[in-house]
Amino acid sequence: MSSLVLTPVLVPLGTALLTAALVGQPRAQRLTALLGTGALLGCAGALLREVQRMGPVRTHLGAWPAPFGIELVADGLGAAMVLLMAIVGAVTLLFQQSCADPAPARPGLLPLFSVLLAGVGGTFVTGDLFNLYVWFEVLLLAALGLLALGGQVRQLDATLKYFVLNTLGTLLLLVGIGYLYAATGHLNFGALREAAGRGEAASWLPFLVVPLLAFLVKAGAFPLFAWLPASYHTLPGPLLALFAGLLTKVGVYAILRTLSDVFAASPRVIYECVGWLAVPTMIVGALGAAYHWDLRRILAFHVISQIGYLLLGVGLGTMAGASATVFYLGHNVLAKTNLVLIAAIVFRLGGSYDLRRCGGLYKARPLLAVMFLISAFAMVGAPPLSGFWAKLMLIRETLLLERGVWAAAALTTGFLTLYSMSKIWLEAFWKERPPRDESHGSEAGHALERPEGLGCAYAAVGILAGLTVALGLFPEPVVSFLDRSAGQLGVARVHPSPGFGGAP
Amino acid sequence: MELLFALTAGVLYASGLYLMLRRRLAQLIIGLGLLTNGTNILIFTSGGLTRTNAPVLAADALETTEPFADPVPQALILTAIVIGFGVLAFSLVLAHQVHRSSGTDDVGDRQ
Repeated sequence: MSSLVLTPVLVPLGTALLTAALVGQPRAQRLTALLGTGALLGCAGALLREVQRMGPVRTHLGAWPAPFGIELVADGLGAAMVLLMAIVGAVTLLFQQSCADPAPARPGLLPLFSVLLAGVGGTFVTGDLFNLYVWFEVLLLAALGLLALGGQVRQLDATLKYFVLNTLGTLLLLVGIGYLYAATGHLNFGALREAAGRGEAASWLPFLVVPLLAFLVKAGAFPLFAWLPASYHTLPGPLLALFAGLLTKVGVYAILRTLSDVFAASPRVIYECVGWLAVPTMIVGALGAAYHWDLRRILAFHVISQIGYLLLGVGLGTMAGASATVFYLGHNVLAKTNLVLIAAIVFRLGGSYDLRRCGGLYKARPLLAVMFLISAFAMVGAPPLSGFWAKLMLIRETLLLERGVWAAAALTTGFLTLYSMSKIWLEAFWKERPPRDESHGSEAGHALERPEGLGCAYAAVGILAGLTVALGLFPEPVVSFLDRSAGQLGVARVHPSPGFGGAP
Repeated sequence: MELLFALTAGVLYASGLYLMLRRRLAQLIIGLGLLTNGTNILIFTSGGLTRTNAPVLAADALETTEPFADPVPQALILTAIVIGFGVLAFSLVLAHQVHRSSGTDDVGDRQ
């Protein structure tokens, strides 16, 4: 069943074509998109099962053998990422059917949505560096289309900033690919891994830095994250959830794939740099979130601080670190997407993303308050939710490697996260509803009285909260699967045991 | 020969970056186009430049005759040129929309 590895790309691309053909019929288009993401979810599950049973699934496009043709591979890491993507895609599309801040129903919305999923899926299954660049461009263009869809001035301005900074990132990646090809003569991940293991590190290390920088731009790491807070807050709810849940994670995945798998033979200094970059990323992101009152801006800055945790995991440079990173990634995608979706419901009920103008939701919507608490506590890392295990694994490994400063930064960021989560809780849920402010937003005032059409939104939020709780209560199967997957990565051969110290 | 190509790429990068820092929409787009082409030239050079045989099998030969040009970078820049073209087209439309809706072509001066 090696053709299963094609499905993360083919199914969304097919959905995109069908929805593009159905532009005139909104109902049929919507149904096709929903069925398409459902099929993607099924295929992602099947792919994961296949990987679990048989090990990495691979196929060679056009039957060209590995170092020459383009190879698609799904190992444990890739298959897990594809499943996460399918979940986020399905849930945000479900949420889009509700009336809680949906994206404007332009004809291009659903095709672009599917193309974005195809691009993300492609990056997760590709086994070729140049092909990775192509998928990055695919998802970048789809993301730009979605950003510009609203057509307001601030959205177009956000699109421009997103476009320029991200295009610089992809150009940097292209330059890096050119350098790496010149240095090693390969683009295939497997061949690159062998070449990196064989050759002197000094011959390719300077060139590895270039694509890594590009991935750091994509991930939104300090100090390269300027595009993220400049654009994310202009997105409507479901799209913001999709962007916050998936897009920066693609950058982290690429860093993980590069440093922990393909170029695991890199000298320690490069892991060291990633780890030290993670510290300001965590802190600056959390401080930015603490400063803002707009829910979307708070959550956008939180994306950055969570990227810091993930980079910290990669910077550890061990097998256990890689496994903890992937677990953290899964937890973070679920909890983050859910928080953004809940913010969209808060906007629908309270009439504003500004926390100062919301309130009284605990009394009015206790169920929503519970959903928020689950995701917020998961984000903070309270037991027994998923974030607790994720942070435990990560910080334990950090302490085993005697990285006191990194662990302290991670824990401090946890407290800062708690601060902004309690700010949202106090302002939006607990405090009394502020008196109606007629000068701001005409629909704001009476939204709470007639909140119909939120069924799909609650279903989407409920599914994600349920998954977060399930991951918290039964982490064992996931952790053991991820440990086995990390065992297949290149880092398992170079730094198999934890606590190897600073020896190169 | 490689030196000439490297210098060309460098000049394209320098002028592209200079234009992008001008904060005007049109310059921004042109600068991005120059950067894209500088990258293409860089990749083209990365395989090494040879002026000998084509990397194509002759009708009755089993192997190509050494030395031959590396075909991979050429395939790569073909893809990169097409993608760059698409991105450039998108950026022109975007710049046009931004300019029309905000009435200014200053990149920084807009809320």
